[in-house]
Amino acid sequence: MTTAWTPDQPIVGIKDVHKSFGPIEVLKGVSLNVRKGEVVCIIGPSGSGKSTLLRCINALVPINQGSIKVEGQEVHDPALDKLELRKKVGMVFQSYNLFPHKTALENVMMAPIHVLKRPKEEVEAQARGLIKKVRLEGKEDAYPGELSGGQQQRVAIARSLAMNPDIMLFDEVTAALDPETVKEVLVTIRELAEEGMTCMLVTHEMGFAREVGDHIYFTDRGIIVEHGPPATFFTNASDPRTRAFLSQIL
Amino acid sequence: MEGLWDFLRSLHDAYGINLVHFYDTFERTRLLRGMWTTIQLAATCVVLSVLIGIIGAWLQGSRFKILKGFVQGYIQFFRNTPPLVQMYFFYFALGPQMPRIENEYGIAQPMLGSFAWAVISLSFFAGAFNIEIFRSGVEAVQKATVEAADSLGFNRWQIYRLVVLPLAVRVCLPALNNNLVNLIKTTTQAYAIAVPETLYIASQIWSDRINVFEMMVTLLTFYLLLVGIFVWLMTRLERSLRVPGFGQ
Amino acid sequence: MSAGGNSNLILAPVAPPSSQGETGFLASAFTPRALGIALGLFASVALVSEAWAQLVAGGERLGILATLWKWAPLVLIGPPREFGGFALNILVSFLAMAIGTVSGLVLGLGLISKFAPVRSVSWAITQFFRNSPWLVLLFFVMLLTPFQFRIGGLTIPFPAWFKATVGLALPVMANVAEIVRGAVNSIPTGQWESAESLAFSRLQTLWRIILPQCVKRMIPPWMNWYAILTMSTPLISIVGVNDAMTLTQDALASEQRTDLLMPMYGMLLLFFFVYCYPIARWTIRLERKFAVRI
Repeated sequence: MTTAWTPDQPIVGIKDVHKSFGPIEVLKGVSLNVRKGEVVCIIGPSGSGKSTLLRCINALVPINQGSIKVEGQEVHDPALDKLELRKKVGMVFQSYNLFPHKTALENVMMAPIHVLKRPKEEVEAQARGLIKKVRLEGKEDAYPGELSGGQQQRVAIARSLAMNPDIMLFDEVTAALDPETVKEVLVTIRELAEEGMTCMLVTHEMGFAREVGDHIYFTDRGIIVEHGPPATFFTNASDPRTRAFLSQIL
Repeated sequence: MEGLWDFLRSLHDAYGINLVHFYDTFERTRLLRGMWTTIQLAATCVVLSVLIGIIGAWLQGSRFKILKGFVQGYIQFFRNTPPLVQMYFFYFALGPQMPRIENEYGIAQPMLGSFAWAVISLSFFAGAFNIEIFRSGVEAVQKATVEAADSLGFNRWQIYRLVVLPLAVRVCLPALNNNLVNLIKTTTQAYAIAVPETLYIASQIWSDRINVFEMMVTLLTFYLLLVGIFVWLMTRLERSLRVPGFGQ
Repeated sequence: MSAGGNSNLILAPVAPPSSQGETGFLASAFTPRALGIALGLFASVALVSEAWAQLVAGGERLGILATLWKWAPLVLIGPPREFGGFALNILVSFLAMAIGTVSGLVLGLGLISKFAPVRSVSWAITQFFRNSPWLVLLFFVMLLTPFQFRIGGLTIPFPAWFKATVGLALPVMANVAEIVRGAVNSIPTGQWESAESLAFSRLQTLWRIILPQCVKRMIPPWMNWYAILTMSTPLISIVGVNDAMTLTQDALASEQRTDLLMPMYGMLLLFFFVYCYPIARWTIRLERKFAVRI
């Protein structure tokens, strides 16, 4: 696909996306743009369609209507090369979803070897570097079942990074963690953001969103109610729904 | 060895315990050959039926309804009819329909012999059960794990081969073990189509030498040993596949 | 499942724990269509052979379907004034199941006996009969038991079909024993303890409290073994009993027609399928029903 995409255009462009599961409409016309290097946080009550939106960007879930473009490429074009998309977009899940029969290192190495067909030695060097980057040195040969939730989640982040994505999607990555391990995962994400990685986070960590986010979106019942940079969003929310939500959380 | 044979021979003379199939070279050779045939038959069927199980379980996840229906029909047919009748059907009904080929003496003979038909029928029989076993294992693999592989760009076959199957195998190993033991025991049915396996040879020896009881004890010991060794191997496999922190 | 937040593997409820591996995986997709598919397959095989026969023989011989119709009664109920055929397969399956169940219950109680020697002897018997090939056991009983017993002046005949029944009952016994052991062990120990504290004897506890709770979870694997037994009954044809298999081969021998081979064996397969398939479906229904609330 030759699409003339230049870095000054939105790296992710979402326009009027609708998505239903059977009779239930989860997304009712969502639009948002993410620029390269930007960190976007999506917050909102559970069931408001945040996770579904992330899954749509990665083409894990098809949409009913609208358009999602990643680097200028329409995601829901039937002729889309899903592999190309998934090389660009990394995703980290709430429940980590590591491959339980592979060690931490093998988890990180698997996709580059089998999907990208890169040479094993090169991949291993990169994977060890990534494990180090997420501060898990010494845990290379541990199986997921032997790691804490926070450690597993950091392996999952390393696993996604091994594909050298342009965009990272984080789907409530700290929601299943113990409070004391939340921090170690957030530190890893913050470092990524500081390095200029484009990130989209669905999160309940308001403090974190405020600290690392360049732009905050608040969703409720399938629509974006309000958005803005954290400085104005958290202090001057105009919509009563946003204010009600924030007052519960903060 | 000679000393042992002499001792067994003396048992016959003194107590009438007829272990001729041990001390007589001819009987011993043919019995050992029968046992080797049983081992070959069992090993081939185990491998083929596991392959059928893996491929069948993969096909059951297919999007084509006709293909799924076909696999389902195969499973139900082979699960709910007697394996012996299946074997007769293959050997006596399908066998003659096969083209005949000339052997080195220029005599036309069936393309597939009784051993080959026994392999085919027993593998299909056990394979039908194996598909169901692997499928229950596949269903036990979390959807989220599959989704993660999907999001990393693995294709459908890669996901099955690298993620789903390795996990499914660990879940369904006990059931698989059960079914394969059953398969090994069922190889005795090949007796009915004159495959020269252990039971068949044993029955020849006991009709020639009138030592039914001694032969029976030998036979049962052989099969208990065979099953025992197989179970031991499977336990070792299970242990080597064990992943710390998974599945307990 | 480990507690450390690792939820990577959750056993889906497709395979409820049961004492027999074979029953667990039975509980997966069964479609009513399968019966239709099987019948359809058989019909098409029969029709193709029919057309072929008409083409080759030019209608001189009896058509395939007419021939099947001619032999069906023999295969189903045996020759006139003689009991045999498929009905004999069923009778043997009933009797072997009855013998195997009663002896298996006793053996199963032996497996959970508090008296160690009884336990080990029961264990050895169970393992022996579970792991021996059915056909070898069948030969064993056929060749090594007398054809009649004499008690005092009374002679009790021991016909071949009955010996075959006993031969098939032995592996059933061992597997029923395993079912009993598995079911009893699945009852929480609290039940034993509370019964003991109410001064029940061990036998009373077993009979009045434990076994009644076991029945539900024993029924599906027990039915599964009935199906396996029924599908093993053609083995008795090998040791010379006039069952459906033997009679099918007799019929084929007297017809001497190769075009009949597939339809005749197909018909026999169909008889078994029509009998066993509903049992399998019913087993799965019960398994699902009992699996939900234990």
